[in-house]
Amino acid sequence: MNEFFKIFIIPGGLLLIFMLLSLVRLILGPTTPDRIVALDTINTLVVAGMILVGAAYEEVIYVDVAIVYALLSYIGTLYVAKYLEGRTKK
Amino acid sequence: MGILLAILYIFLGIGVIFNCLGSIGLLRFPDVYTRLHASTKATTFGSIFTSFAVIIYSFSRWNVSGDSKFVVLALHAIVALICLIITNPTGAHAIARAAHRSGVMPKQAVIDQLKEAKLE
Amino acid sequence: MNSFVEIVHIFTLTIMIIAALLAVIFKKLLPSVIALSVASLLLSLEFYLLHAPDVAIAEAAIGAGLTMAIFIFAIRGTR
Repeated sequence: MNEFFKIFIIPGGLLLIFMLLSLVRLILGPTTPDRIVALDTINTLVVAGMILVGAAYEEVIYVDVAIVYALLSYIGTLYVAKYLEGRTKK
Repeated sequence: MGILLAILYIFLGIGVIFNCLGSIGLLRFPDVYTRLHASTKATTFGSIFTSFAVIIYSFSRWNVSGDSKFVVLALHAIVALICLIITNPTGAHAIARAAHRSGVMPKQAVIDQLKEAKLE
Repeated sequence: MNSFVEIVHIFTLTIMIIAALLAVIFKKLLPSVIALSVASLLLSLEFYLLHAPDVAIAEAAIGAGLTMAIFIFAIRGTR
């Protein structure tokens, strides 16, 4: 808990507020692609926040969680997009 | 130490401001494609800058203290940043393609060349 | 600084509960699965903030990748 902890944890908290804003779009979104865009935005913000919190606590394995999460959320987004693409063709 | 603090404040400020603009653009824009434009590009840019802040911080701490924990932290942050840079635009492209194929058209668009290309 | 960390915990849990309620409320199936994915993502973030990164990795793998894929397989089978 040095003086850098505060510098890195406060942007992490601000990213949480932006996640709340994106969740409003997830609630309101008129079509399904809007909701997928909101999910993608929340994923990016979570990965950025995980890197910041890992630097704040000075733990290496926290940044590893961010790497794993970035790749897995990418797979999830691609899967939903593929389902949505193939739905109206038939 | 003062220079490091100034660089950290500038980079984190740029990152947080761009992430904020991305979220506000996601709320305010009229249809899927403009929302995708705002949220994906702005949040990728902001995440690049917050990760740069982490990388510069850990390299400078490694330079001061000589602890090998910090250089590992910096390398892993670089790997996470590369993953973010590669996966985010690809996902945005997949979403836009799926939205256009599933019948959601741009609302106030004057010209839609993908639709014309599909008709031919 | 501990109070700020507690505020972050409260925010995360609030967003998670809202997303889990949305997964129940939505009428269409695909938005419901997306809301469930957001809830499991924030559960992973909460494990992460509670200093359990290995549990967070497992939750991210199961919640974001596996559960979503299985549910979309199931939705594809309903028509």
